[in-house]
Order: sequence, then C-alpha cells, then structure tokens
Amino acid sequence: MADALLTIENLRTYFYGEAGVARAVDGVTFSVGAGETVGLVGESGSGKSVTALSVLRLVRPPGRLEAGSRIAFEGRDLATLGDRELRSIRGARIAMVFQEPMTALNPVFTVGDQIAEVVRIHAKASRHDAWQRAVEMLQIVGIPAPAQRAKEYPHQLSGGMRQRVVIAMALVMNPALVIADEPTTALDVTIQAQIIELLQELQHRFGMSILLITHDLGVIAETVSRVLVMYGGEIVEEAAVKTLFASAHHPYTEGLLAAMPKLGENRERLRTIPGTVPPPTKWPHGCRFHDRCPYAWERCLSEHPPLYQIESGHVSRCHLAEEPERRNHPHEPLVMHEVGGLGMERGGSGTGRGPRENSADRSARS
Amino acid sequence: MRRYLAARLLQSLIVVVLVTTISFFLIRLAPGDPFSFTDFTMNNVVREQLRTQYGYDQPLPKQFIRFLGNVAHGRLGYSHSMQRNVGTVLAEAVPRTLLLMSAAIFAAFALGIAIGALQAVRHGSWLDRATSAVLMFFYSIPDFWLALMALLAFAYWIPLFPSGGMTDAVLHDYMSLGGRIRDVLAHLVLPALTLALLSAAGIARYQRSALLDVLPQDFVRTARAKGLAERTVVMKHALRNALLPIITLVGLSLPSLVGGAFFVEKVFAWPGMGYVAASAINARDYDLVTGTVIVGGIMVALGSLLADLLYAVADPRLRSR
Amino acid sequence: MPSPTRVSAPADRLAASLVAPAMAADAPSLVTRRRLTGTMWWSLALIFLLCIIAIFAQQLAPYPPNAQLDIIGLKSRPPSGAHPLGTDQYSRDLLSRMLFGARISLSVAMLAVLLSATVGTAYGLISGYRGGRVDAVMMRLVAVLALWSPVPLSALILVIGLTGWFEVSRLVRAEVLSVMQREYVVAARGLGASGPRIVWRHILPNVLNPVIVSATLGVGNVIILEAGLSYLGIGARAPTASWGSIFFDGSDAFQTTWWIALFPGLAIILTVLAFNVFGTALRDTLDPHQLAGDRAR
Repeated sequence: MADALLTIENLRTYFYGEAGVARAVDGVTFSVGAGETVGLVGESGSGKSVTALSVLRLVRPPGRLEAGSRIAFEGRDLATLGDRELRSIRGARIAMVFQEPMTALNPVFTVGDQIAEVVRIHAKASRHDAWQRAVEMLQIVGIPAPAQRAKEYPHQLSGGMRQRVVIAMALVMNPALVIADEPTTALDVTIQAQIIELLQELQHRFGMSILLITHDLGVIAETVSRVLVMYGGEIVEEAAVKTLFASAHHPYTEGLLAAMPKLGENRERLRTIPGTVPPPTKWPHGCRFHDRCPYAWERCLSEHPPLYQIESGHVSRCHLAEEPERRNHPHEPLVMHEVGGLGMERGGSGTGRGPRENSADRSARS
Repeated sequence: MRRYLAARLLQSLIVVVLVTTISFFLIRLAPGDPFSFTDFTMNNVVREQLRTQYGYDQPLPKQFIRFLGNVAHGRLGYSHSMQRNVGTVLAEAVPRTLLLMSAAIFAAFALGIAIGALQAVRHGSWLDRATSAVLMFFYSIPDFWLALMALLAFAYWIPLFPSGGMTDAVLHDYMSLGGRIRDVLAHLVLPALTLALLSAAGIARYQRSALLDVLPQDFVRTARAKGLAERTVVMKHALRNALLPIITLVGLSLPSLVGGAFFVEKVFAWPGMGYVAASAINARDYDLVTGTVIVGGIMVALGSLLADLLYAVADPRLRSR
Repeated sequence: MPSPTRVSAPADRLAASLVAPAMAADAPSLVTRRRLTGTMWWSLALIFLLCIIAIFAQQLAPYPPNAQLDIIGLKSRPPSGAHPLGTDQYSRDLLSRMLFGARISLSVAMLAVLLSATVGTAYGLISGYRGGRVDAVMMRLVAVLALWSPVPLSALILVIGLTGWFEVSRLVRAEVLSVMQREYVVAARGLGASGPRIVWRHILPNVLNPVIVSATLGVGNVIILEAGLSYLGIGARAPTASWGSIFFDGSDAFQTTWWIALFPGLAIILTVLAFNVFGTALRDTLDPHQLAGDRAR
C-alpha cells in the first residue's frame, strides 16, 4: 500500500447538531491504488457518501473533519491542506461524479459552459480553447452532435445524457482519481448499464482510479476489483470482489448478499436484514451490528471488534474471526425481541433503512 | 407566446379603461369643484360662467361622453390650474418621475441584493440577525416621513444637498451642460436614496431567503467540487439562480416606475407625475387628474408586460415554452 | 396613479399568494397550536399597549386634542416639561393630539383590514370551492382589478377595505384548493353534506391561517396608507388629529417646528413595527413550509 494513490487514515467526520454529535464517519482507513477501481458499499446511513465528500473536504458545517484524520494524496495531506491548494486539486486531480445529474448541473448555464469552466480555471485556457475541449469531451462520453448539445441547457437533456455531461465535466482535466457517488442510482436500469459501461471504457482509456460508492451489489460485481463494506460509520469488511462474493465473512455482508434477489430462485419473500440502521448519534456499544446479527453473543455486546485479517487482502470487523464455531449457532437477532427496549432506544426514525429492508419486520418489532 | 401577449394587451386595455372611468366619476363625486373655493375676487356669477365654460354644469353622463370623445381624438383636456394643455404638462412630468424612480430602483436593488446576499452567506451570525432587525425597522417607516426627515437632516441642519425641486431655481439655465447635469444629480440624491432605502429593506429580505434556498442545492456543491473559489461559487453559480425571484420583484416594481414616488416627490417638490397629480387633486383640476390616471394606467400596464418579458428572458427554462 | 406603496409590500403579498399552496397538509390551526415565541410576546404586548393607549386617550391626554391653548404664548413651542411633545402652530398640545391620533390610525387600519379580509375570504372561498368556469372568471376579474388600485379619494375605510381584498382572495382561494383535497372534505361530501355546510365547517377554519398572517401584516401597511392620505388632506381632515394630519401640520414649517412632524412618524414606525414583527413571527410559527420571507431560522 505504500505507493497507493490515495490513502485515507482514521477519517472521522462528525456533525454537530441539536440532537447530539452524529459520528457519520468514525475511523475509516483504506487506500486506492493507481488505476484501480474500488467499490464502497453500504446502505443509507452507513456513512459512505460522507466519506466520499470528506476526501475533497466538501462537507459543510455543522459537519467537519475531526483532528487526526489523514487523507494522503500525491504527497499531500488533504485533510489539512490550505484552501488554495485544495481548490487546485478539486476538479483537476480528483473529480467527483454525483448522484442526481439534474440537480448537480446548474440550470442557468449551458452544459458546454459548465464543462469549459473547469478547463478555464485549472488550465487558464481561453474561452475558445476551453469550449473546444468541452465539445471534445462531450464526444468522448458518447453524446451525439456534441457541438450543438454543448449549447443546450441541462433541462433540455435526458437523464442519461446529463450524467454523461457530469462525467465529462469530471474527466475533462484528466484527474488521477474519480469519486463516483451513486452515479447510476437516479437513472433507469437500461441507462444504468450504459453509464457503467462508459465509466469502464473511460477508465480503460485514461487509466484513472475510480472510487465507486453504491448500495447496488450488482454494479459492484461487474465493475470493481476490490470492495469495502461500510456499516455504522466504519469499514466492516474489505476484500477482492471475487472473494467477497464467494466467501464473505462479516454477517452484514452475508445479509446484503443474501438479500439480492437471484434469478431461478424460488422464493415468495425477499430475504431481509431485520432491524434498521442505527442513528449516527447513538452507535450501539460493542459491535455496531450486534443487534441485527444472527450470530452475536455476549462478547459482541461489549467488545468493539477491530479489523481482523481473514486472509491476505481480506479483513473483517467481526469476532467470528476468532471464534468461527459460533457460526454454527445462528439465532434470531436481538432486534427481533424488542418491543420496548432496544427498538425505542434506536429512535427508529427510519432514516437508516436500506433498500432491502422489509417494513413488516419493523412493525413486528415495535 | 404571441397569443399570450395579445391577451395581456387586451387585459391591460380593459384595466386602463375601467380605471379611467372609475376615477372620472370618483373625483367628480367628491364635494366641491374647481371653482368652489372662497376667494374675494370671485363672485358667484363669474363662478357659474367658468363652470359653464368648462362644461361642469352639465349632467355627469354627458360630461363623460364628451370626455371620451376628446380622448379618442387624443385631446386630454386643458388644465386650468397649470394654464396649459394636460398633454403638455404630462409630457414634461413623466420623464422626471422616470428619472427619479429609475435611480431609486437601481439603488434599491443594488443595496438590497448586496445586503440580502451577505446575510444569506453569513446566515445565523449576529450580523445576519442584527441586519434583519434593522431592515424590519426600515420596512416600517412611512416614505413621507423619511423624506421629510432626510430633507431636514441633510438639506437644512447639515446643508449637504439642495432643499428640494429638481433644479436650482435661479442658476440652472445659466449653467453649462456639465453643470446642469451635476445640478440635477445633486437634487436627485436625497429623494432617490430615501426611496431606495425603504425598498431595499424588502428586497434584501427576499434575496436572503432566495439565496438560502439555493445554497444547499446540489449544483452549488458541484461548483465547489470543480475547484471554484467560494466567492465565485456564491456570486456566479448560486446568486444567478437566486436572482430569478428577484426578477419578479423588478417586474413588480416596474409598474410603480410612474407612481411610486408620490409622497417623496411631494416632500422634495420634485416636479414629476406624483407632484402634478397631488396638486391637481388639491386644485380639483379634473382634466389633469384624469389625464394622470390614464397615462399612469398605461405605464403601469406596460410595466407589468415588460416584467413578464424580463422573467422569460432571465430563466432559460421558460424560454423553450 | 397607483397608491403609494413600496416595492416590497405587493411583492411580499404576491409571493405569499403564489406560495400559499405549498403551505401544505400539516399547517396547524391557530387555535390548536400555540407556541408563542419571545418575539411574539413583546410585539403582541406592544400592540396591546398601543390599543390601550388609543382606547384611553381621553383619560391619558392632558388636554383636549383640538383645544387651542394659547395662540400667542404657546404657539409652536418645542418639547418641554409642560408639553412633552411640544405644541403645534395652533398652540395645540401635541401629546394629546398624538394620543387621540392613535385612535384614528389604529381603528382605521384594523377596520379596513377586517373588511378586506372578510370580503377577500368570502370571495376566495366561493371561487375556490366552485371551481371551473366560475372560478376562472372570478380570478380573472381579481387579476384585472388588482393590476392597479386607484388612490381612493374619500370614504377611507371603505375604499381601502374594498381594494385590499384582492390579495386576500387569492390567498384564500389557493388555500381552499389545497384543503379541498384533504380526506375530511372528501369524506364530508361522501356523507352528503351540502356545499355551504362543507365550506363553513370544514374549509373555512383551515384556510384562515394565511389570512390572519396577511391581515396582521396588512395593518401596518394600512396605517401608513391612512397616514399618507391624511397627509394629502384626503383622509382625516383638519382639525381632526390623526397621525397623518399631525404630520401634515408639521410639514408646513418643518425647519423650525420639526418636532410636529417627527413624533407622528415615530409613532407610526413603532406601531407598524409591532404589527410587522408580530405578523412575521406568527407566520413563522404557523407555517412550517414558510411563506416568502425569512427562511431558515
């Protein structure tokens, strides 16, 4: 990992609000190598989006990066870098692709303008040259009649095309790293496939690294080489993609994989992970997943697990690494027993609900 | 688009006609007529003679018909208080009001947008809250009072500016072109600022909330992610979007370009439409009053039409319709 | 010649009427939800105080408002111990005149606003409830009339009231439309309740919120309007003391007798401020979605 492109160490991003301190990202460490595609997976409320935003320090008050966070990139620590230098990196060396292409683009400027703007500020190019480059990028991302399209406004383009524009905007300065935060979630399924394909193609062509944030395991399976699973503001498992799908270790990852509907499987109801994601203001004691885990035992309630090494390149934040025989005794997760107790303590606002959560289970709980 | 325009024009025409009719009858229904003032030089015989001369002894409906006929021929009547044609009087007065109001509106928006934007960016700070309080205070000030106080303070107690009128009564005609321009400008400052301060309060409040709505939006975050300086993010990307509701305000203030300076004109004796109208009402100068109503109405209607066009230009999303 | 308003007032109101539909499902009724903030308390207290002063002007005033006390000795005296606000050019005590003036200014404004609120609410209720052609015609009429309100020349209250209802009716209609979608109205209809009954019992209580806010803010505008018109000589005429007419007296020789013009203005500012602050606070409490104006707190 010594020559990794981006190394994040002990990243903590906290939000200070009236309800308390929300520890959205609570000690995350990982790296991304040059030319690598890494996936960051988790449900809503796991902290993955905040992690992505934290890299470029795009988190606004009342959120902030805590002291001790370190983001090493090209010999500099982004967490403590001065404003000016940080701005020279944003959009030029590290670029972001956001989830909602319609709202990510400014409605009152043409798409060509918005791409050209990046060139003008970073390469100090003339308006004309910048515009040319913008048109060029539009072509590269596969938009037909790019010269005309460049003069159009975002609302005149379809969702898929807008996302291509956003990608064009991100890649125009040939960054070393692209952070894509749920780039396909807001799009139709068929367009999703196109965008994923486009990203792969572009990576092949330009050789940049991609940090792909998503909750969609299907996308992960197709595109990344390494996967990080996040839960409760922490990384709970990290492995090569094949390893993850073949032999996931952490019960949460297991749950995620099991929840994916499989073709040819004959089931009436989808499998779900019971319970909901806890609020970041009150992470549970011990293992943060313990109340939803089918294997949890006393140790899990009190002792917060570190990342155990399963094999080379595969780590998991679960005590099962030390006591694997516990896996033979699955039981109903604690959360299923709550009528008052833990369920209430959670707050249960439902914000942490993942896409595969079953509401019937929740009402059974409360 | 064209159909919409035609419909709006028709609507405006109806309004003007309606309003003219209403004010025609309204002012004549008020007690007294131009010649009912008590004066030693006037006896009743002369009074009646004058009334007949101007047709004020006719029954109202007949007066109205005659009036309509005149207007159709482009004759707005004769102002007996100014001893000139109504048309002439108005032709002089309208540009003066336009000058004052344009200056005032320009200043108001410049001030209002700047203050509102600053508040939004420093949202929640003591500066923001203090400014809101001050603005609320200004919003509660009547314009005629502020005008008088301003006149008192800056023309009499501290003689910085001239004390009224649009030009120096004695010297203006003898000045060079540059001198004349500066003379008018000097007379313009106080009334325009008075108007501007009052309007700026409301504009700032509006701008603040508009910008506060825009700042958390995704494209602002995108702009930051592109590496733009915060100032550029706010002024170029965010503000441009937050200005759209302000355009509505500009549009709404266009109709008042003609009548909005009413009291201020009176206090500062600025010889514009408002001033003319006020004296006309006082003197019961029917023709002049009706004239101002018609011209005012037309300008108001034009103003709102312009406002709609302005908005369509500003928001590209509307243009494709 | 349009009435002398400032840019912002009609803008605020128009924006409010445009945004009113967004004042959606869970707007708490004024009656049920009462969470008065500190700001609301002192502004309400101030309004109350002003009303008390107006009502008890007779008892509070040291002199009758129109009494010319000593045309030679007490003419145009600046503020002093005996006459805290000075005297005017007719040797009338200004303090007394101001106290009585409060009566006129406040009563005119409140009555006018009440009138316009009533008419506007009724109009908006009917228009919104009937919908269809009736609605379209009614609203078109309002749009045409509202483009331009001529300066009233007499019968102050009546005319102000009659021209102020346009915006109110728009507001109400928008609210009515949104309320009509709600289940309890549909249910009432399903149960066979008649039109007027539905309007009166179900719709009306729920559309009142924006009207109340608009009315409170409107009082301030009307006070200024009334004062302005009295200043023109159109409203309260000499020798009646209204804040506007006192100001009119004061504008005569304002270089020397500046206090006559100063105090009515201050009184107006104070009163209007109280109403505006209260109205704004009221709006913020009642409407979680916010009408135009101060957004996040």
